[in-house]
Amino acid sequence: MQDPTSRSDSDQGRVEVKETTCYMCACRCGIRVTLRDGEIRHIEGNPDHPLNKGAICAKGSSGIMKQYSPARLTKPLLRKQGAERGSSEFEEISWEHAFELIEGRLSKIRAEDPKKFALFTGRDQMQALTGMFAKQFGTPNYSAHGGFCSVNMAAGMIYTIGGSFWEFGGPDLERAKLFIMIGTAEDHHSNPLKIALADFKRRGGRFISINPVRTGYSAIADEWVPIKPGTDGALIMAITHELIKQGLYDRDFLIKYTNSAELVVDDPSRDDHGLFRRFEMHVEEGCFDPENKLWWDIDLDREISTHTPGVDPRLMGEFKLEDGTSVKPAFQLLKDRVEEYTPEWAAHITGIPADTIRRLAHEMGVVARDQKIELPIQWTDSWGNDHDSVIGNPVAFHSMRGLAAHSNGFQSIRALAILMTLLGTIDRPGGFRHKAPFPRPIPPCPKPPKGPEAVQPNTPLDGMPLGWPSKPDDLFVDEDGEAVRLDKAFSWEYPLSVHGLMHNAITNAWRGDPYKIDTMLLFMANMAWNSSMNTENVRKMLTDKDENGEYKIPFLIVADAFQSETVAFADLVLPDTTYLERHDAMSMLDRPISEFDGPVDSVRIPVVPPRGDCKPFQEVLIELGSRLGLPAFVKEDGSRKFRDYPDFVVNYETSPGSGIGFLAGWRGKGGEKFLKGDPNPRQWEMYKENGCVYHYELPKSYQYMRSWNRGYLEWARAHSMTRYAEPITIHLYSEVLQRFRLAAQGKWPGRIPPERLRKRVEENFDPLPFYSAPLEHKLVDTHTYPLNALTQRPMAMYHSWDSQNAWLRQIHTHNYLFVNPRTAEASGFGDGDWIWVESPINKVRCMARFSEAVEPGTVWTWNAIGKAAGSWGLSPKANESQKGFLLNHVISEELPPCEAGDHMSNSDPVTGQAAWFDVRVRIYPAEANEPEVTSPQFKPQKKLPGQDPKRGKWQAFVAGAFRKKAKIQE
Amino acid sequence: MTQLALVIDLNVCVGCHACVTSCKEWNTSGWAGPLTDQRPYDADPTGVFFNRVQTYEAGVFPNTETYHFPKSCLHCEDPPCVPVCPTGASYKREDNGVVLVDYDKCIGCKYCSWACPYGVREFDEQQKVMKKCTLCIDRITDMSLPESERKPACVLACPTRARIYGDIHDPDSDVSVAIREQGGYPLQPEWGTKPSNHYLPRRKTRIQIHEDELVRVDNPLKKEELPTLPEAGETLDDVAW
Repeated sequence: MQDPTSRSDSDQGRVEVKETTCYMCACRCGIRVTLRDGEIRHIEGNPDHPLNKGAICAKGSSGIMKQYSPARLTKPLLRKQGAERGSSEFEEISWEHAFELIEGRLSKIRAEDPKKFALFTGRDQMQALTGMFAKQFGTPNYSAHGGFCSVNMAAGMIYTIGGSFWEFGGPDLERAKLFIMIGTAEDHHSNPLKIALADFKRRGGRFISINPVRTGYSAIADEWVPIKPGTDGALIMAITHELIKQGLYDRDFLIKYTNSAELVVDDPSRDDHGLFRRFEMHVEEGCFDPENKLWWDIDLDREISTHTPGVDPRLMGEFKLEDGTSVKPAFQLLKDRVEEYTPEWAAHITGIPADTIRRLAHEMGVVARDQKIELPIQWTDSWGNDHDSVIGNPVAFHSMRGLAAHSNGFQSIRALAILMTLLGTIDRPGGFRHKAPFPRPIPPCPKPPKGPEAVQPNTPLDGMPLGWPSKPDDLFVDEDGEAVRLDKAFSWEYPLSVHGLMHNAITNAWRGDPYKIDTMLLFMANMAWNSSMNTENVRKMLTDKDENGEYKIPFLIVADAFQSETVAFADLVLPDTTYLERHDAMSMLDRPISEFDGPVDSVRIPVVPPRGDCKPFQEVLIELGSRLGLPAFVKEDGSRKFRDYPDFVVNYETSPGSGIGFLAGWRGKGGEKFLKGDPNPRQWEMYKENGCVYHYELPKSYQYMRSWNRGYLEWARAHSMTRYAEPITIHLYSEVLQRFRLAAQGKWPGRIPPERLRKRVEENFDPLPFYSAPLEHKLVDTHTYPLNALTQRPMAMYHSWDSQNAWLRQIHTHNYLFVNPRTAEASGFGDGDWIWVESPINKVRCMARFSEAVEPGTVWTWNAIGKAAGSWGLSPKANESQKGFLLNHVISEELPPCEAGDHMSNSDPVTGQAAWFDVRVRIYPAEANEPEVTSPQFKPQKKLPGQDPKRGKWQAFVAGAFRKKAKIQE
Repeated sequence: MTQLALVIDLNVCVGCHACVTSCKEWNTSGWAGPLTDQRPYDADPTGVFFNRVQTYEAGVFPNTETYHFPKSCLHCEDPPCVPVCPTGASYKREDNGVVLVDYDKCIGCKYCSWACPYGVREFDEQQKVMKKCTLCIDRITDMSLPESERKPACVLACPTRARIYGDIHDPDSDVSVAIREQGGYPLQPEWGTKPSNHYLPRRKTRIQIHEDELVRVDNPLKKEELPTLPEAGETLDDVAW
């Protein structure tokens, strides 16, 4: 062999280096792609990118194997005439034919009843476009995957502090001294969290992980606190109990920046019971929190307007106003609430010893109080007070699906946000920090439509498909108070379902409840597999026919880049590109990649040409929007407005002349403006010249305390990030929730819930957090089904995408059910044995693996490794389908019939968040004579026209020579 | 003499496998490639990886530790895989101490993998030659790369920066300082192979809170105390005469 030191890789073939943005998960790291003779040589992290600073993960480093995967779809496909749906019998068609088919169908629906078209998307990173398309079409039946992902985390925190974790904000580990991670899987956030966590540990920070399972991030925690699933709320409220008891809360912060000291009417006989006492004053109609509320002045011992200079108000006590109204400060109500939530009470529920709970509270409270950070940064608050410094209480938290994916998740997350608030850590150094465009008003301004009249033929939807209700009158219901949306979002069943309930879309469409639809378009959402609950039955619904022999869901269009399980059920398949083949905008209108120090957005620019006839889904929407004559996509004369997606991104404005478009960077005719400015014809080039990312760093004085930082808020308004520069007072006490409760009690002048839901709304719309066991635990026999079953995603894989990846599937080829040996012993099986996992609705056969890193009442597995036979370009004998399994088969998408209804979603009653982690199971050994394969099994999917022919028994990837050798079609 | 090596910090490794696939990606198209895969889309896929992460549990619930343990060739100072090679294919570079295999000389006899106590050699079943970690020899010696990128792919990729690269014979290098100051240790020193790669152990941070630290004079609860009014009734002012 040649001496390796005498050669350079850059001399091997024709080398090109291009920058773009990763999409092997939702992190969106900056990447540098090196090509050799037009083939991808390697993908590395972009060292100059603010998000990943050069790091790249296992998925990002395996992008090559996704690009050249045999699961790639390359041709538009139409189900063969006479072939049954689900049989994978397709014929290739042209894009023109595909567009004609869709145009014909959709233009008819739009002219008759637009809501009969439903558009649901997965983790698409382009909700700004897909949501807008739905609105322009006129259908309310749109959502992305948030409802079954972590909407509780978004809603629970945004309805409390005006921001949330992950894309919306996060822990400031650069300055934190104590970090508590509770209920976090390995994937939210990925690289940025790994980078920050490691640096935090190196600086000597203390890291506590509260989780039923110890893997990934929890593995390097200084302390692991195992907890029973679904009981996080009990733990958090017991910690709150102890903090208040010891006086370990930041009184100054609570008074100035939250509604803790504001006086709440405390008289159950009155219709305004539980609302803030407001005095008469002219209030401009808007979505901010007007400051017409009262404090109780300690010195004068009487009521006084909030934020009166020099006044020190009471946080505790009960008082009578001059007019005789009984009131209590919101903080007193919280104190009353947590009175019964003692550490001893929580110990019984959570499995965590009371002494440990107390110690956790003391660690948090004392570090927050005694290890304060003071940064010499001057700023001015919303009330005109100048501050010489920014103070930080260095206790940071992070949390995701472990709290969110329970039916009690919303209130548990409210409790967490309140705990973070009590410690005085919001938008302060070392605590929680917002990311632009957050903080936003509580709740944010956009609202869903108000009623059925918002849906009209040939007309855009009147309202946003997804919005933020602030009172019962913002719900999207008909005269009877019942749902208008297919997924029943924003109805009294799930009033604050701000991300929709995609997980019920298929079941509802199949049942025709609340109505039948005609066409469903699914974009990269694997609803026939890991994105559905009760998967085996959902697959049957997709092929079920009515008495006339017609499919109950008449027409199903699937847009995807890969041969997923769902593609098999399509009537029409639209082949999407990979992330390396297309333009994308990670827009400020959707969920950008902002940093704590200011707004950041980014783009993708193609580094290789698309394979076969695949077409970016954005181009499909632009084409359809133009053909259907949707107002935003056509000129006044009805002719096409945008050449293609890149042209759309540059020239689209939210309204003519608004200056707000998909990208925030380099706006204005010459690229001299940001956030707001005229379209810039060279915007793409400017992104390209700058590593595909735009980062605006705020002045230091605008980087903290942003909810009450006058300079920042006025800056945000001037740049059209917000409509109001009013302070965003933290909702320790949620008047928004109380409005819904009053409606359920018949005390609200507007809309009231249907009778069957009154009790449910009254109970769950509690203005203060409370603990209640998950719904399913109350409705199923927990003696028969004694165990909790969880899933989490391994760091080396994302959603269902990566079993097709020849490198990543060698890391996780099949999954096991992890069981504590004590639990297994009680059930009579050994390590590696085949067992059954059974819930009230279904059962799955799988292999068990002993683990001491899981609490004995919980079993768990890696999600989305198990596959249906023949899918994802894998052989029907692949381990993923023979030994791998999908837990979703045992998780119900609906609750057992109850007072609220026979078909209630298995979701949080406030937000509609899918309660995946509520499932209860029992486990027992498989019989000796049973086959050693997973169950259920499905008839193997066939390869599709346009997919690569069978790959060889071995492969050796060498850039520049691979595609030809492997006979991969261009 | 220079001895290049990795120091791997088990205190921050979260087991994400970034080092595993970034290594595979760089090397399969590089000097030491390809890294072939058997049955890439069929049952029981297996292939050549120069670097793998193993996960272990230690202790009994609830006192359980989970360890992620990345493992690749340790580039021993006295590598047992070199003298056993009958053809001289397996060798240790004099200029930087990296242990390499010359595929042109390798006859696939596997003596080296039997001799290696660490199980880090990777036999390519397709090409019938032995392969292994090269510390990305074709990156670290490529002077056309900027200095900041003349590092193994795994080191550049690692999100937790758990992989430190440098010369363990230079007492001032990052690796030597890390070994010295953070208790870096070699694997199985009893074999006498003098592994160059080292590992940094787990370290725990605790907070000690004394009972008297809980309460301070400025405890906010004091603000909420109601003024204590004297009990109604007589006082000396009323009765003294």
